[in-house]
Parts: sequence; C-alpha cells; structure tokens
Amino acid sequence: MELKLERVEQRVGAEAYLYPLDLTLVPRAVTVLLGATQAGKTTLMRVMAGLDAPSKGRVLADGEDVTGRPVRERNVAMVYQQFINYPSMTVAENIGSPLRLRGEKNVAARVKELAARLHIEPFLDRLPAELSGGQQQRVALARALAKNAPLMLLDEPLVNLDYKLREGLRDELSQLFASGQSTVVYATTEPTEALLLGGYTAVLDAGELLQYGPTADVFHRPASIRVARAFSDPPMNLFAGQAGAAGIALGGGVQLERTLAAAHSPTLTVGVRAGALHVEPHEGDLALPGKVELAEISGSDTFLHVATAIGELVAQLTGVHEFTLGAPVTLHLDPRQAYVFDASGDLLLAPERD
Amino acid sequence: MKPVNQKAWLLILPVVLCVAFSAILPLMTVVNYSVQDIISPERRVFVGLDWFKSVLRDDDLQGALIRQIGFSFAVLVVEVPLGIALALSMPAKGWHASAVLVLVAVSLLIPWNVVGTIWQIYGRSDIGLFGAAIARLGINYSYTGSARDAWLTVLLMDVWHWTPLVALLCYAGLRAIPDAYYQAASIDGASKLAVFRYIQLPKLRGVLMIAVLLRFMDSFMIYTEPFVLTGGGPGNATTFLSQYLTQKAVGQFDLGPAAAFSLIYFLIILLLCFILYNWMQRVGTADKTEAGHG
Amino acid sequence: MARIDLDLAHAYKPNPRGDEDYALLPLQMSFADGGAYALLGPSGCGKTTLLNIVSGLVKPSQGGVKFDGVDVTKRTPQQRNIAQVFQFPVIYDTMTVAENLAFPLRNRGVAPDRIARRVGQVAEMLELSGQLNQRAAGLAADAKQKISLGRGLVREDVSAVLFDEPLTVIDPHLKWQLRRKLKQIHHELRLTLIYVTHDQVEALTFAEQVVVMTRGRAVQIGTASELFDRPQHTFVGHFIGSPGMNFLPAQAAESGLEVAGHRLGVAPEATRGKGPLTLGVRPEYLRLAGAGSQGALPAVVMQAQDIGTYWLLTAQVAGGDSLVRARLSPHEAIPKVGETVWLTVLGPRTCFYGQDQQRVGETAP
Repeated sequence: MELKLERVEQRVGAEAYLYPLDLTLVPRAVTVLLGATQAGKTTLMRVMAGLDAPSKGRVLADGEDVTGRPVRERNVAMVYQQFINYPSMTVAENIGSPLRLRGEKNVAARVKELAARLHIEPFLDRLPAELSGGQQQRVALARALAKNAPLMLLDEPLVNLDYKLREGLRDELSQLFASGQSTVVYATTEPTEALLLGGYTAVLDAGELLQYGPTADVFHRPASIRVARAFSDPPMNLFAGQAGAAGIALGGGVQLERTLAAAHSPTLTVGVRAGALHVEPHEGDLALPGKVELAEISGSDTFLHVATAIGELVAQLTGVHEFTLGAPVTLHLDPRQAYVFDASGDLLLAPERD
Repeated sequence: MKPVNQKAWLLILPVVLCVAFSAILPLMTVVNYSVQDIISPERRVFVGLDWFKSVLRDDDLQGALIRQIGFSFAVLVVEVPLGIALALSMPAKGWHASAVLVLVAVSLLIPWNVVGTIWQIYGRSDIGLFGAAIARLGINYSYTGSARDAWLTVLLMDVWHWTPLVALLCYAGLRAIPDAYYQAASIDGASKLAVFRYIQLPKLRGVLMIAVLLRFMDSFMIYTEPFVLTGGGPGNATTFLSQYLTQKAVGQFDLGPAAAFSLIYFLIILLLCFILYNWMQRVGTADKTEAGHG
Repeated sequence: MARIDLDLAHAYKPNPRGDEDYALLPLQMSFADGGAYALLGPSGCGKTTLLNIVSGLVKPSQGGVKFDGVDVTKRTPQQRNIAQVFQFPVIYDTMTVAENLAFPLRNRGVAPDRIARRVGQVAEMLELSGQLNQRAAGLAADAKQKISLGRGLVREDVSAVLFDEPLTVIDPHLKWQLRRKLKQIHHELRLTLIYVTHDQVEALTFAEQVVVMTRGRAVQIGTASELFDRPQHTFVGHFIGSPGMNFLPAQAAESGLEVAGHRLGVAPEATRGKGPLTLGVRPEYLRLAGAGSQGALPAVVMQAQDIGTYWLLTAQVAGGDSLVRARLSPHEAIPKVGETVWLTVLGPRTCFYGQDQQRVGETAP
C-alpha cells in the first residue's frame, strides 16, 4: 500500500500533538519512526491506522482518500508494546482469528505455517497467559501476519522484552518483513534499532517530522542538529564555534580546519560522532588533549569520557581498553569527519561517505 | 477525534425509548404537577412557583432536611473509616481471602425491608438479642420510645448494612497497589502508620471518592430501612426527607407541594454531589499541576 | 558499607528433586566491600530472586547470607540497612522531593538540622537541588528514579545499594546520564552496589565484576574484558556482545582441525582428543582475509548492514548452513551481497567448548 499523509496535523484542545507534516511511505518497505517518548510516534501511527482522524489534513491509501474512514474498514494490522492477544482463546485460535473473520478456507494449515515461521508451533494449544513475554509477542506478530494486510504497524513491539530476546526477534522480524508484501511502519526510541532494521527512517521530535529518507542517509546526513541528537547513540558531541578565515574556532584555542563554501552565519555548531574520535593519531588529525573522566567498557566497545579544552567529549573506541581516571589522554579527530551546522541548526557540512 | 459511526445510534435506540418512557415522562409529569394546584382531577389551576415558595418555607420540611443532613454526615463519618479499617484487616491472598470476602458481602445482599425487619426484632428489649443484652446490662433502651435510641439504631443498622460496600471498594483499591511500594517503605524504615498515611491512603483516593459519593447519595435518599424499623418515629425523630416527601404526596395527596419538593430534592443531591466530586478531583490533581515544570 | 557473602540455594517447593525445582541452584559468592557488581541474565534466570535474598525481601530455602561475617539471614531489609531501587520509580506522592529524601532519616529519629544537611548533599550529588520543594508526583521518570536512589544514599551507614533493572522506564539518551551518575556516585562514595539487569551494556559499563546467570545458575563471574575475551561458557559467549559469539561445529582429527566441514590446518593442543567441540569466535574478531588464508573459512555474504559506527556482515559458510556474523570497520572495503569472502576464524581470542558448554582451553596465539 502506498500511504500518503498530506498536511496532517493533530491537535487536542490547545495542545499540538503533531505539527503539519507531509509523509509518503515507500510501498512494501520498512519505515522506522524514530523519536524519544512523547515525540508523537504513537499519535502518528494511530492516524495512519485510522484509529484517530487528524484535526487537519488528508490520509491517502493508494491514492484514495481514507481520512474519515474508521479503522475497521481499512486493511491494517497492528502490534503493540504490551503483547496484546485474546486471553480466552488458544494460540491457534488467536492466529486464526483474522482468517476466520474473512471466511477463508484452510485456516488450520495456514495457522500451522505461520506458527512454524515464528517458532511457536509447540504452543498452539496453550493460552497466551501460559507463555513467556517473547512468545506472547510472537503470537501477536503471527496474528498480524495472518491478516496479510497491506499496511502493518508495530508500536515499539520489542521494548518489553529483554536484550538478547530483542536482538533475536529483531533479526527474525527483518527477515519476515523482507519476505512479505506489506508496507511496514515500526516505531522505536533506539537509533541502533533503526540502523539494524534498515529501510527508511522518519525522525520525529516533539510532534514535528524532521527528516525522512533511507536510514543510512538520514544517519550520515542529518538535516539539523535536532535530527543528529535524536539519531545518535551515544549522543553526538556538539560544540559552539566561530567561523574564521583559517577554519572554525572552537573554544580553548582549538581550530578545526574546514572551509565552508556557501554563505553562512559566523556562529556555528560543530558535531562530532563518538565513533569518529580515536586514540591513535593519523596524519592530518586534530589533536585534542584532555583528562580521562570516565571509561565505560561494554564489551565490543569502550566509551571514554574526556574533559578537553573545547568541552567534554565522549569517544567510542572499538575493543576493550583500560584507562585510569584522571590520566591524561589525547583524542584525535579527522577534521573531515566533523559535521557543521549553522546558527539556525541546519546542516552545512557532513563527512564524505566512501 | 474519532471517526463517527452512525450505526451505533440504532443500537441504543431501544434503551433510549425505555429510559424516556420510564424516567423522562414521569419527570415531566412531576414538573407539571409542581406548577399546578390540583384540587380535583378535573380542576387544575396554574400557580407558577407558589408551591416552591411554600415548600421552602415549611417548618416540617426544614426539620426533615436538617435531620437528613445530620444522618448522611454521621453515616459518612462512621462508615468510611470503618470500611477502610475493615479492608486493611482482610487477608490479601489464599482461600481465606475469598471466604472473608463472601462473609463481608453477605449483609449487602439482604433486601432492604428485610434489613429493617431484622433490626426491628433485633432491637426489641423482650425478644431481640441486642435489645435484651442491653437491657440485661441495665441500660434503658427503647427505639420506639426514645428519639436518641431510635437515631442510634437507625445509624447502627445502616452501618451494618452498608459498611461492607466501602470495605469492598477499598479492598479492591488496596490490591491494586504494587508490592514495590511496601518493600520500599519497609526498607525506608516506615512504621505501619506511615505506610498507611503516605502510601495506602493516597493510592485509595480514587476508590474513596466513589465510595463517598455512593454512600452520600444512597443515605440522602434512604427510605425503606428506617421506615420499616421506626416508621419515622418516635414522633418525627427519624423522619428523613424521602419519608416526609412520601407522606406529603401519598399520605396527604398534596401533589403540588410534593412534586415541587421532589424537584428541589433532586437538585440538592445534584448540587452536593457536584461540589463533593469537584473538591475531591481538585485535591487529586493538585500534585500534577504544581510540579509540571520540573 | 559491607562485605556480603552468600552460600545458599532457593527452591520453589519444600522438597526439590531436580534442577528445575530450584529458582537458584546452590551457589557461593562474595561481594567485596565497596565493589560495584552486576547480575546479568535473561528473564527468569533468578537474578531478581538473588537480589531479593540479599536485600532480605525473600528468605532462601537453604543456606544463608552474611554481612561482614555476621549471619543476617533472619533479618529484615531494614535491619540489614540496605537500600533498594526498583524497576519503576517508587516515591511518596503526597510529599515534596525534599520530604521524600528526608523520609528514611525521619523514621530513624535523626536530628532535623542533620537531615537538612544530608538531604542537601544528596540532592546536589544527584542534581536535584533545584527541585527540592516541588511535589515529587509531578516529575519525569528519570527524576523520580533519582529520588528513589537518593532515599537510599541519604542514610550514611547504608550497607549496600541494590538496583533492580532501574533504567527500564528511562529514555535511551537519559540512560547515558543516569549511568554516568551512578558510576560517579560509586567513585565518590565507594558503596557496595549490586545491579540487576538483562542489558549487557548497562551491566558491563556499570560493574567492576559481572555475574552472568542463566536458569538459576551463575555461569561466570568476571570483569567486562574477561567475559568478553575469555567466556568460560557458551551462554556467556552468546549473551554478551551484540551480536553474540559465532558458534561453529569443530573437531580435531589426524589431518587437522575440521570446522564446519572445512580443514583449517593443525588442530590446537587443547582440542585434541576431546571429540566434537564447538568453536566460538566473536564478530569483532572475525577478519576478512585473502582466499585460502591460514585459519580462514570461505563464506557467501547474505547481508551487509550499515550500523553507523560499523558494518554488520552476515555470511553463510560455504558447503553448509552455518551463519556467521562479522563486525567490520567503515574504513574497510565492504563486500557486496552474494560475494564469497574468506573470514579468519582461528585467532588469539577463539575459544573452544566441549559438550557440556564449558571452555576447553585457549588456542595458541
């Protein structure tokens, strides 16, 4: 289904839950709605599904205006955070319910096939309450897939599961989405999840749609500081800078050698991703000496918090590194890896991608 | 703003018709009577607001109103704390929880006139358990003779009959409090009183609001139990508003003043409930409005 | 501050017969005074039960708990002088932030001026000083969790602070700040801290020693680098690391080491004579190599994902259906889907596991 939202706005009383936005979803692809809690993801999903009508604007499904149409008449499947299943029906009945409602034949065989795809075949005769959280969510997913709707909405479906389970189920979901024909919309607060799911990403912040595009593009070229903030884990290091002849002057006498072609304001913000900072020097790097404030080891990466002349930096180093608190350390940055934003927060320069 | 489904109106049409027939039409009839003097079925005179004025000036009515307010107040003051205390002492888990729940709820299931009759016999000094026991202790007790004893008996009967409702509501409210709060309080070294004051009572606010409103409305309209027990006596010591109203309308067939007073009665209850509800709502949301800018 | 020693087991029923009847299989563990520990494991592994036994909210069915050598098994949490922070913020709705923080001290009859001073100190440490007079009920989730934490820290003689998945309701970008705050507090106050979580990043960044648990058993206790580089159990290899360790069937034969149907040169000493084994290698240590290199396997690329700071490669080992994942730096040349690549699986950090899932020694570097 090609879903198009035109100038959609949602206001409740005096509060704006969604500011006017235009969004055209790429059909049969995964679109991730990324944003903090209360950013408007659930509100937007409800408008897409037809659970709420927008205060203003139109919703078009395959060119047809479905704005006032209630969700019952649209063909939409939805999966929630809270593992919602029919509690008095067995797993098999749960999965089969959309099929039976449509009056389809061969329900038992289809149910078995879906259960096998989601690895819940041994539980077909049990009630949802007898299953673990992960298994209950799989039942909800199987039911959504059974409906085979052209639009599938998932509102943070993995957030109530533990870490490893989330990883595993996310992989399976990616494969399920790839093999299906539905347009999928997936809401999450975690930037890493957006990157792992791929597809397209729409970044939301405080009810505003900030950017929409292929996930890797939005990540590597955030249109504004707000997008960069929302789409970074760990958070992007941001510093104020002044444009000068030789480059950009950051605090503490540090100069970032980058030339800006277009006309711009003298006050700038420079953004550096944690992964762009390293301890080994390379040629042409900007050196930032400082003191170790904190070293967090998370197995595959070490997060180093360093107090430097330009402010506090968080660096993400691959592998396990031991550091003593208070010890001096120099971080190195390739100037071409820095993002430059102008005074109003829009992107001026982004690192080149090979 | 939800998309509107017109079919829903068709589904509720039967209910609307029933309610119209059984409630709205009679209400309109009452309004009709309240502005007319019905001397006989054929002779009716429109008198405007005269009945309302005379009713409000009636001494007997004012007396009944004062007695009624006193009664409702006493009922709330006794039943709410007692209900909370009862809920706190009921077990939370296990088979005895269900057994206790059933025991506690028994008095709620008894038809109201039977309640009156039970207490009528119960309070008699000759054959009633309660009355005889009190007489044995040497106390002069007679609910037919003394106004004070009649009041106490009616109050006691209502407490016996309805406290379990408050208790059951509070019991449900208490079960909804997550364990972590009690654990945290235990770790903080809080005494049982502190736990009650800072955790249980605040979390019971919603449930208590329902309990208070229900008990207030019901006690303000009470009729059957005191009527069966004391008949409104001795004299008019336990004649509350609804009984007074019935005497006027049915007993004396003064339809005009009775109808006028019915409307006033209805408005009083509505007003008091509105005030009570808003006050409790405001107390509840004071927390949220204050610290919203943290 | 206290040293905590555990020697206990906890069963669901009074007469446990098999392993499934135990919530916690018999274990012995010590938490040193002033150390930061994490109990890491999936849901249902027993970590919250263990935490509640340490705090006194649950009594173990066998064995006991000692604080500084004194048996405290029969004591209540209050008597053990511990503080606990729960999964969702627990605050007293009717009180202000300052009153919340003062509550534990008031219950102990501490003098008002000392209370005020202590509350001020703790509020400053947690960056709550500006909100002391606001009603606690109206604050955001992370501020409420800080208040819960503050109530534990405000007591000067607290023996240990226990955390039960405290960052569950917090937004990702605020989690960073709170984690930092916890580490700073640990550094300043040197309290014994025990943290329960299913999130490995939280556990590894917070704790000095992590206890990895599954199904009622502690499978390994170690520092972050030990757990990452030398997992003693396949579960640790799988659970720690995102994604977890790659596992391939391996066996030492006369002709050399056979891995997933391919011959990889001489079998390391530790693997000889041990029968069928499992080879474990982390995605971070799988390197792209030239065709036919020493210790490398051919694989067909199924997926290459850009994860911002690295690329995640999923490949299927040639001649079988084993899938392996590799983490590649964005500066390397990323292979395309369908290409055949060679990945070095034998390296200094490759581990071998026996039938019982336990490690059988290291490969020679």
